[in-house]
Amino acid sequence: MPVDVAAEIISNRPLSADYNVLALSAPAIASAASPGQFVMVKVGATLDPLLRRPFSVFEVLRSSDGTPTGVTILSKRIGPSTSLIYDARPGQIAACLGPLGRPFTVVDPPADAWMVAGGVGLAPFATLAESLRARDVKTVLFYGARRAAELFYLDFFRERNVELVLTTEDGSFGEPGRIVAPLDRRLASRAAAAPVMVYACGPEGMLAATARTAMKYGRPCQVSVERVMACGLGGCYSCVVPMRGEDGLFHHVRSCLAGPVLAADQIKWD
Amino acid sequence: MDLSVRIGSLALKNPLIAASGCFGYGVEYADIVDLSSLGGIVVKGLFLKEREGHPAPRVVETPAGMLNAIGLQGIGVRRFIDEKLPELRARRATVLVNVCGTTLDEYVEVSRILSDHEGVAAIELNISCPNIKEGGIQFGCSLNGTYDVVSAVRKATTLPVIPKLTPNVTDVASFARAAEDGGADALTVANTFLGMAIDPETFKPRIHTITGGLSGAAIRPITLRMVYQCSRAVKVPVIGLGGISKAEDAVEYFLAGASAVQVGTANFYDPKAPLHVLDGLEKFIKRKGLSSVRDLVGQMKQ
Repeated sequence: MPVDVAAEIISNRPLSADYNVLALSAPAIASAASPGQFVMVKVGATLDPLLRRPFSVFEVLRSSDGTPTGVTILSKRIGPSTSLIYDARPGQIAACLGPLGRPFTVVDPPADAWMVAGGVGLAPFATLAESLRARDVKTVLFYGARRAAELFYLDFFRERNVELVLTTEDGSFGEPGRIVAPLDRRLASRAAAAPVMVYACGPEGMLAATARTAMKYGRPCQVSVERVMACGLGGCYSCVVPMRGEDGLFHHVRSCLAGPVLAADQIKWD
Repeated sequence: MDLSVRIGSLALKNPLIAASGCFGYGVEYADIVDLSSLGGIVVKGLFLKEREGHPAPRVVETPAGMLNAIGLQGIGVRRFIDEKLPELRARRATVLVNVCGTTLDEYVEVSRILSDHEGVAAIELNISCPNIKEGGIQFGCSLNGTYDVVSAVRKATTLPVIPKLTPNVTDVASFARAAEDGGADALTVANTFLGMAIDPETFKPRIHTITGGLSGAAIRPITLRMVYQCSRAVKVPVIGLGGISKAEDAVEYFLAGASAVQVGTANFYDPKAPLHVLDGLEKFIKRKGLSSVRDLVGQMKQ
């Protein structure tokens, strides 16, 4: 069940000129959150910006005895709301509602887990990697960014035995180009009898390409979609995605309730 | 302290109502808000049949406000009665239903169906949604249309009938009078303002339908003025809304003549907004040495 808390900001760590990791004190949210779920966050009580923004729970923070104490979010500065988040100071209060939405379905061996992240779409995969590791699932992170300086948390994933496949659009690190290219090759060479679950989060074009690639090889794919969202609770009907229903037709489904994790092969991609 | 209010024949335990389109069918907020603690909930607009609404993007934030063009996506009146109303009743919510129609007959039919079921306290007539082509606002933008739809629904139900007026007219008070003449028990003032936003980088409109309804703090002075004008033009009670997110905002509306208020857009960024307003209102009334919300209604001093 989600809770709405006035969360104290514990820390704010800039990762680059645009990306930051904001840590929020929110024990109730931290102990209830599952990988893929999200929170609605706004720093300060401004009327402009007005609305909260949805963020995947990036990490669950724990005290030394393992008790959940808070969550972090991975944010990219793209407008006034994310600028407030980028500039937030420890001690400030952030409105934080969550955990919200339907989480990832976590696979078990012998299935492998292939996580495909584009840019800030890395966010849901830190907690997913922890869950997969606890189940001894062999995990690969396909992670694409614009440039080397925007590939974050690589050691975090390495420490959790996650194999990294990296691309940058400018070629400054890893394979030059988009992340779907190495995913396609890897899927092409995988034995049909070896099960694999594809998880994806990132820009819409990358998600659509990942979904098509997974479908091409007949592999299941769960995508975490990002939509403009006013409330996160199902009240506003802003965040709809056309999804195939039981009647075989497409219907507008609220991604805050049915998602943000959705079955890629049921979405009507543009 | 007495926080109860009467809206015609409708008795509410307090004057804070969640606005239609901003609180889903109510049940979506039940984990966060005790639904029985609200004066009322106006559930999302219902037609006879299900509706898919408009393609995304449906919403964009604007300065201190937001534009929306949801297109009244909804499950239709029968599914509402079967799937949502029982839970709302179990949670002891005071349920007002926002009734939509593309024709006069549809308004009447939806209202009749609702009247046949226990658990609906009142009908709010949506003659003001700016985002659908047929019906709706066509009635709300014509004095005769307003009178016709209100009087037709009035004859079809014993429930209180509360038309929700559009602000997209020159003289809102004349529409308030037309609705009162048609037999309205109260008026909701007002729906959203038609607006638009364009992305200067891509040259594209920011919402799919190009134009949409503007709501939030940005519109408060305008709807406040309309509540003032309407409450002076009619004898029936006026329910005010537009940009209310704290007690002082609600007090402004009461002073302008509102008998109750609705909280809309604020529910999106503060799901407990109506309760925060209510809590602040109670403190405000105490601080002013008053005994009731009714002591504020229409009490602006000149």
